[in-house]
Amino acid sequence: MSLLSARGLTRHFGGIRAVDGVDFDLEPGEIHALIGPNGAGKTTLVSLLSGRIPAQAGTITLAGEDITRLPAHARVRRGLAYTFQITSIFPGLTVFDNVALAVQGGRQPGALGPTVEAALARVGLQGMGAEVAGTLSYGHQRLLELAMGLALAPRVLILDEPTQGLAAGEIEGFKALVRGLVPQVAVLLIEHNMEVVMDLATRITVLTSGRVLARGTPAEIRADKAVQEAYLGA
Amino acid sequence: MRAWAVHLAVLAALLAAGLLLPGYHTTNLARILVLATFAAGYNLAFGYTGLLSLGHAMFFAAGMYAAALPAWHWGWPAAPALLAGTAGGALMALATGALALRTAGVSFMIVTLMFAQAFALAILYFNGWTGGDEGFVIPSASRHLFGTSLAADTPRFLAAWSLFALGLLLSLALVRSRFGRVMVALRENEERARMLGINPFAAKLKVLVISGAWSGAAGAAYALLFGYAGGSFAGIQYSILPMLYVLLGGAGTTLGAVLGAGLMFYLTEFASSVTSAWLFLVGLVLVVLVLFAPKGILGWVRARLWRELP
Repeated sequence: MSLLSARGLTRHFGGIRAVDGVDFDLEPGEIHALIGPNGAGKTTLVSLLSGRIPAQAGTITLAGEDITRLPAHARVRRGLAYTFQITSIFPGLTVFDNVALAVQGGRQPGALGPTVEAALARVGLQGMGAEVAGTLSYGHQRLLELAMGLALAPRVLILDEPTQGLAAGEIEGFKALVRGLVPQVAVLLIEHNMEVVMDLATRITVLTSGRVLARGTPAEIRADKAVQEAYLGA
Repeated sequence: MRAWAVHLAVLAALLAAGLLLPGYHTTNLARILVLATFAAGYNLAFGYTGLLSLGHAMFFAAGMYAAALPAWHWGWPAAPALLAGTAGGALMALATGALALRTAGVSFMIVTLMFAQAFALAILYFNGWTGGDEGFVIPSASRHLFGTSLAADTPRFLAAWSLFALGLLLSLALVRSRFGRVMVALRENEERARMLGINPFAAKLKVLVISGAWSGAAGAAYALLFGYAGGSFAGIQYSILPMLYVLLGGAGTTLGAVLGAGLMFYLTEFASSVTSAWLFLVGLVLVVLVLFAPKGILGWVRARLWRELP
């Protein structure tokens, strides 16, 4: 049984069919990349999955439970974590408080101190708890965002363009980090950097104009004629 | 630990001032401390959680009438009247908050303002029961706590100081708790907080009820300590006052409310002794404050001197 699954998911904005009857399955322990040209509906799809916007039609289940009507915060508590495309931390709070909020709101709200430090250590920010989050470098803020996602103790982690704005060296570290998350966590990754996608993903779904164009392993997607025409431009 | 020590020192200094200064200042301090308790409650909603309410007068007045009406009509003693006032403020906040919190930002300001105006008009409308605009004097039999009359200077000051001290220490514990962290997160970035598993509506309603309880306790104490309840306490100026105190002292600081209340009180005293246009002077100070120290006095201290100031 898939961990996160959507059937016939639909969201229109006026006449624009941002997401138009999409079926989607995320299996336990996989890194699944969602790709497609700008405006293909990737961000809308994950917003529907995470509950940031309500679906107009279709169903979503998480580990067999129907979560279609659940508000976003309740989905987070059931283990569906979302990290923001544009870094969205609490700049005025300390790094510790940022991560502590995630621990409190997550699936395993226990002792704060050790859990926070463990999440920070996992992304390489150990010992930086006392810093004010807004004063961190951009790369460190992205890592903090990721630490907040991990501190939620999620079953599914949705990463929306996580490598955007990172330097080449930082991307290598990031890839190793994401690889280390599976199989405990299933990762859904929206990513524009094709090297990262081909390197990390075990499966890929290609969206275009709100519909699924293709899905398969990186090798299959690379060989797919329709994808090449629509997207890779090769 | 340092924060607790500072707060206890401030409380000790206030206690000493109230007991050692001449009677005139003792009464002033009692009034300041009751208003500061009101402002501290407002600060939890506005300063810490970012809920800019323009209707806190209704919580203050709900507490005042929930305490004063039973005292007037049925001769309730002070202790149960004070509890009734606290509950009255909390219930009013629960009822209006459940509706007003469906809005945010400017709409929230307008909705809370409208609720407060409706409540103020209701007090005037039911003047047979409430005494309307003229209000009524609290029977002196009800103004006794633990066998002492609250009408005398020192017991009145001690009662106000106790209420304020309890409120201050509770709010310090609250803002340093896990829930206090959630409050600040809602102020800073509500959408992010939601995506960290926090239910914004439930958390904000909880804050508003706590804030209403504080305001209600202050309103009840005001009636019992100074012996009068009236419709003017439900007016818009009593929604603005706690905001001014908090802005002056420092929004989102535990000690800002009392600092702001004290300074405004003595500024008003001084200005009205110099000129009949004292409101002009008060307004001028506020304009200067907003232009040059928008975070208030303790907000400035926190930014420049002591970052861990709670």
